[in-house]
Amino acid sequence: MLRTTAAVIAGKAARLAARVKGGGGSAFPGLVAERVDPAFLTHALAGVQGGIVVVSGTNGKTTTTKMLVAVLRAHGRSVLTNPTGSNFTRGVISSMLKDLPLSGRVHADLAVLELDEAHALKFTEVVTPTHALLLNVARDQLDRFAEIDHTADLLARLAAQVTRGVVLNLDDPFVARAQDGLRHGVERRWFGVDASIAHRLPEVLEQDVRFTDDYVAPVAGDDDGTLAPVDDRALRINFGADPASGVGPFTLKQRGLAAMINATAATTMARMLLGPDFDPAVTARALAAVNPPFGRGEVVQVGGMPLELVLVKNPAGFTVALSTYGSSPVATMIAINDNDADGRDVSWLYDVSFASLRDRGVAMTSGVRAYDMALRLDYDDVRVDSVEPDLIAALDAFVAAHPNEPRRVFCTYTAMMALRRTLAQRLGLPEFGEEVSA
Amino acid sequence: MSTESASKGTITLVHLYPREMSIYGDLGNTRCLAARIARHGYTARVVDHHPGGELPADAHVLLGGGGQDSGQVRVEDDLAVQADTLRAMAGDGLPMLMICGMYQLFGNAFITVDGKTLPGLGILDVTTQGGATRMIGPVVLDTAYGSVVGYENHSGATTLGSGQAAFGKVVAGFGNNGQDAMEGAQTGNVIGSYLHGPILPANPALADHLIALAAERATGRPFEPGVMDDRLADEAHARQVRRLTRAR
Ligand SMILES: [Zn+2]
Repeated sequence: MLRTTAAVIAGKAARLAARVKGGGGSAFPGLVAERVDPAFLTHALAGVQGGIVVVSGTNGKTTTTKMLVAVLRAHGRSVLTNPTGSNFTRGVISSMLKDLPLSGRVHADLAVLELDEAHALKFTEVVTPTHALLLNVARDQLDRFAEIDHTADLLARLAAQVTRGVVLNLDDPFVARAQDGLRHGVERRWFGVDASIAHRLPEVLEQDVRFTDDYVAPVAGDDDGTLAPVDDRALRINFGADPASGVGPFTLKQRGLAAMINATAATTMARMLLGPDFDPAVTARALAAVNPPFGRGEVVQVGGMPLELVLVKNPAGFTVALSTYGSSPVATMIAINDNDADGRDVSWLYDVSFASLRDRGVAMTSGVRAYDMALRLDYDDVRVDSVEPDLIAALDAFVAAHPNEPRRVFCTYTAMMALRRTLAQRLGLPEFGEEVSA
Repeated sequence: MSTESASKGTITLVHLYPREMSIYGDLGNTRCLAARIARHGYTARVVDHHPGGELPADAHVLLGGGGQDSGQVRVEDDLAVQADTLRAMAGDGLPMLMICGMYQLFGNAFITVDGKTLPGLGILDVTTQGGATRMIGPVVLDTAYGSVVGYENHSGATTLGSGQAAFGKVVAGFGNNGQDAMEGAQTGNVIGSYLHGPILPANPALADHLIALAAERATGRPFEPGVMDDRLADEAHARQVRRLTRAR
C-alpha cells in the first residue's frame, strides 16, 4: 500500500515536471510510477468492477476507444481510459495519474484501454481483462511484427485471456479465428457490415496477401451489430431484423466507411457491457457528438483556412484514408519518416495506390523519406510540386503556396508529432496527449 | 510524351505468384519495370502467373517477391511443376530477379529450424538455414550495378555454395547471413536478393540492366534506351547511402 502511494506521488511529480518542461502527455510519469511499484497497475485497476475492456487491432483503435467511452459515459458510467493513444502500460498509468487518489486505486465503473497487439499481451501479464474488442489485422510496424499471421496470433492469445466477453470483426478472417480459443463461458459477439455493402470491404481490409478465399463470414445474430450506411457520414447500426433494436440513423463527424465500422464495433461492445441499460437513442446522440481524435482527420485553422492532419501508418490505413478523403480533393502534402515509431521500412508505400491523387497532384512531400515518397508518386503518374525533407520548412512552404483553400497533410507518426508540436505552439492548441475527452 | 512514336517492341514481364509472394511492396518492382519499359519507348506486357497457371513461353523477364510462410506453402506445388521450365529459362539467359522468399526457393534447399530439408529449384547454388533471429533493417550494397539500397527482413540465413557469386557486398546491413558480408546471389542473368524497398524503384541502374537484357531477347536488337529523368530516385538513393554509411 505504502509502496503504491509512493509510486503515485513519484508519478504525479514526474508528470508535473514533464508538463513544466512542456513535454505534454508522455509515458515518462508512468515509467516512474511503475519503477517504484511494479504492481502499480494491478492495484490501480483492482477497484474497477464493471469491466476492464481492451480495444486492439491494427487500425482504428483510437477512434473506436473514443467512441466506446463516449457511449458508456452517455449512459452515466464513469470510465477510465487512455485517450492519448499512448497504448502501452506506462502510457495507461501516465494517463491515470492526474486524477488518481493517493491510495492508488481508481474509482471508475469501467476501464476502456486502447492497446496495440504486443502491448496488450504485456498488459495481460499484470491485469486480466474482462472484455476485448478486436478490430482488424493489417500489416503494420513491420519491424516488430514480421507477419500478419503473427499479429493475428497475438490477438487470439489476447482473446484467450478474457474472462467475460469478446466482440470480434465478422468480416476479418484473421480476427474471427480468435473465437476458437476463448475460455469456457466467455460470450462472443460479432460486428460487421451489412451484406448490401460487403463489396466495399476491400477499402478497409488488408488487401494484398490474404489466403482466405475460402473464408465464409459467420451469420450475424440478434446481438451482433451490422453496419448499414445511409451516405458518406450517416449510418444505421442494426441488431437483428427488428428495426426497434437498431441504432440510428445518425451522422458521424468523421467521414468514411472506416469510421462507421469503428462506430459499429464500439456500439456492439457498449451494448454487451451495458446489457438491459443500453439505450439506442442515447448511443446515437453520443456517437454523433464524438470529434475525430487528433491525427485522424483533426482540423486546425491556419491563416483562416482549414488544415487537416491524417495519420497513415500502413497500406490498409493509407488506402482507407485516401478513399475516405478522396471525395473532397484539396491541396495535399505527404510527410514520411522512417523512425522506429513509424516503422523503418517504407516498402509498404508501394502497396498503396495513389491514383486518386492524380488529378489534383501533390503539392509537397516531406520527411526523412521525402524523395522516396515523391518517387513513389512518380510511378503512379502523380505530379509532385515540391520536395522538402525538413518538415517545418515544408509545412510553411505548403501553406504559403496554398493560402486560400483547405489543405490536408498525410503523415506518419513521428512526422505528425513534429508538425503537431509546431502547430500547437503557433496556434495555442492543447498539447498532444492533453486532450480532454470527458 | 512519346505516344506518337512507334513502340520499339513488346517486352513480356512475368510476375511469379503476385498474390502469395509479394509482401513489403515487392509489387513495386513490377510496377517500376513496366513503367520504365514504357518510358524507354517499348511496350510492356505484364503477365501475372498464379499457381496452376501456364507459364508464358515467350517471357522476357521474370520477377518474384517475398511472402509469408503460408504463401510459400501455397506456391511449392506449382513451383515443382514449373521447375524444369524455369531451369531451362535460366539456362537460356532469361533475366530474373527473385526477392527474399523466392530467392530462397530458387536455391538448393531451405533447412527449417527443426532440421527438415525442403528442396528448392537449385537454380542458385545457395542453402538457407531457418533461424530464430530476424535480420531486419536498411541495407547498402556494392554491386556490379553500382551501390544498391534496400530493406531486408528475413530470419533465414543463406550461405553461398563454393563458386557461387554473390549479388553484392554488404556495406551496411546483414546480407545473406550477417557473417560473411555477402548479399544475394547471381548466376548468369538470374539475381536473387533479400532486398525489399522495393529494390527496383530505388535502384534504377539495376532496373535498366534487367530491361536491357529483356529488350534484346524481345527484339533481337541491342537495347535502345530512352532518356530517363531519375533525379528523384538518385536523390532518394544518395540520401540513404549517406545516412547509412555516415555512422560507420
Ligand atoms: Zn523479406
